[in-house]
Amino acid sequence: MDDRTLILFIVLPFLAAFSIPLINLVSEKAKTFVVAIVSLVLMVLSVQLVVRSPESTLYIPGGWYPVENIPIGIHLLSDGLSRFMLLIVNTLAFFCAVFAIDYMKQYTGQKYFYTLFCLQLAGLNGVVLAGDMFNLFVFMEVAAKSSYALVAFGVKRTEIEASFKYQVMGGLASLFMLFGITMLYWMTSTLNMADISLVLRTSEIDHGNTIRFAQLFLLAGISIKAAMIPFHAWLPDAHSSAPSPISAMLSGVVIKALGIYVILRLFINVFEPDVFISQVFAVLGGISMSAGVILALGAWDLKRLLAYHSISQMGYVLLGVGIAMGVMASGGSPESVALTLTGALFHMINHAVFKGLLFLSAGSVEYATGTVNLKRMGGLARALPLTMAASFVASMAIAGIPPFNGFFSKFAIIIAAVQGGYYFRATLGIVVGVLTLASFLKFQRYAFFGRPDPGISIKEAPLLMKFSMVSLALLCLAMSLFIFPDIRAIFLDPAVRTLLESTDYAIKNLHP
Amino acid sequence: MTLYILCFILFLVGLYGLLISRNIIKMVISLTIVEVSIFLMLILIGYVSGGIAPVVFDSQVLENKLVVDPLPQTMVLTAIVIALATNSMILTMAIRIYKKYGTFDIHEISKLKG
Amino acid sequence: MKGMSVIVKKTAQLLSAMIFVFGMYIITHGHVLPGGGFSGGVLLASSFIVLILAQGKEYIKLKKQREATSVFESLSALLILLLGISGLFAGSLFLFNNYLPKGQPGELLSAGNIPIYSILIGIKVAATLFTIFLALTIYKEEVSK
Repeated sequence: MDDRTLILFIVLPFLAAFSIPLINLVSEKAKTFVVAIVSLVLMVLSVQLVVRSPESTLYIPGGWYPVENIPIGIHLLSDGLSRFMLLIVNTLAFFCAVFAIDYMKQYTGQKYFYTLFCLQLAGLNGVVLAGDMFNLFVFMEVAAKSSYALVAFGVKRTEIEASFKYQVMGGLASLFMLFGITMLYWMTSTLNMADISLVLRTSEIDHGNTIRFAQLFLLAGISIKAAMIPFHAWLPDAHSSAPSPISAMLSGVVIKALGIYVILRLFINVFEPDVFISQVFAVLGGISMSAGVILALGAWDLKRLLAYHSISQMGYVLLGVGIAMGVMASGGSPESVALTLTGALFHMINHAVFKGLLFLSAGSVEYATGTVNLKRMGGLARALPLTMAASFVASMAIAGIPPFNGFFSKFAIIIAAVQGGYYFRATLGIVVGVLTLASFLKFQRYAFFGRPDPGISIKEAPLLMKFSMVSLALLCLAMSLFIFPDIRAIFLDPAVRTLLESTDYAIKNLHP
Repeated sequence: MTLYILCFILFLVGLYGLLISRNIIKMVISLTIVEVSIFLMLILIGYVSGGIAPVVFDSQVLENKLVVDPLPQTMVLTAIVIALATNSMILTMAIRIYKKYGTFDIHEISKLKG
Repeated sequence: MKGMSVIVKKTAQLLSAMIFVFGMYIITHGHVLPGGGFSGGVLLASSFIVLILAQGKEYIKLKKQREATSVFESLSALLILLLGISGLFAGSLFLFNNYLPKGQPGELLSAGNIPIYSILIGIKVAATLFTIFLALTIYKEEVSK
């Protein structure tokens, strides 16, 4: 039951974070590779965790084992869903870290960047592994605090303002979460998520509306963190102001680990799935995906366009989650729930890969031309052939063109919506897909084709930046293989099963 | 029960201040009020009236005695440390904004719009 | 700013020494009395801050000090983690294992590893707070130029 590899996911990034200022005293060059090495090790470990066995494992630091079946220590828990998230977080972190080595040379104060990057990685891994509510909150804050600082890293006017906005909204979201956790602790006298789930499902006291009250506060907090429209005001500013590798991390991982993962964990595993909450998620998802894409169509700032698409694509995932929860709560067939959840989780990992790639190629374009304004670009196809190829693959993937991964996950969500009888939501999914294609054709047209602007000097991206982009583009193609049942059984099915057998969550994880 | 409701009112006061104030520093103060209201709430939940502190050197002392729940207190201590980080970060940003824009008024700082 | 009047300066000097000693007391008695690393660390940092507030910014070379406090900060955090990891190799294979002899409850030398953690956390908190203070002061100085 003691799975010692789990602590490495938290301890290694923290060790790296605090040793980078000391390494910097010895060698300026060595520190840039520390993050890449750490995240490479973690990526290999997470793949190994996913492949090894589908059983859930537990690690209890300090040896505070449960006393009389009451958990008293801090639990680090890895089940199917956690491992799936660990895979996303550490894979994308590795490619972003490699990209950052060359990209960050244009900034000063690099040691702070790498320290904060490591802290963010540690926070994200902690959120995903945490087995109790308060640790979830603490690690969430670690990840959020480092994100705030990283958004403001360029210390230009807009960056500072975006960071301030992010901090006020993110701080409020954390406090809403803390309030929800306080209410839950009041009701159940425990913080362990499995134990809370057990107490809520078995207790004779009828909590009635109190539990709904706590749920609404948690919901408000998570919606801000996941940037669902109308809680999205911080996201386009923050994501477009950060340095590009960090934009890729924020869009690819942070809104998933702090947003969607927490939604899945709390509202499917801890609370019983409930029709009202599922409606809220489906409606929020629908609004986000349609409004996000419309806002993206009007954007001329490349990174802001990508940021709006993050909102839109997360809308797809949330729509899938909402439909799955609705079917679960009304006692529908497990097959249809499984299909929807597979679609949602598949879209989540796909989005991490192609949105990470898009932000990295935006970074490469910015590195080459010094601007992110689409109107000032043009004719970059000849100067940046590799960036163009990579961003073309990612654009086709996000728009849902068949051989790429995005198609299969969107298709699964739409099929599931039709199966559940939600025809309006299915139509919305198709329309948003078409609009996404339109806005990415705009990006390709204005950035890479047309006449080059003579006033801009162009330099091609260095080797390590190319390496990251090419690997992610290959991953975009490779992940289409997830539709084959054998491969899906390794990567996606354990995560889906964790969510599907939500009543077993408490029993399995208290006494594994 | 009154005390809990008062805490919640304090929470709402902070939220109201955050929503209506135009001054950055006042927004930070409102955020702190929200924080403090939650800390008070946590401490109140852990308090057992007439309970003693759970610091004992001899387990015999605890028999047939009411003890205050120590877990919310540790949670509050952790949350205070987090709040320290929040406040110092956000105040740093406020100072930097003041340098760049020359004002604390958020209506004049809105270069970025959602 | 040349600092405040002579009376304030002298009082601050006397006071800061007392605050420093009290901070040390709180840190070292973290496991037997209320308090511990965080509260003691705040006191330690405030003893320096009182001194700088009274004497003015020219009293010490702020930038050089900030480099030093940054190093202390990372070093103490690193030591806390290493002490936690050392638990993995000391018998029962747990992170943050409390493996030193526990001693008699209530005495100064007791509770195994906890006092060491307290001291390290105290250094960490003091260094962090002092770094924040110095960073804000240096920044304000740069702005006013």
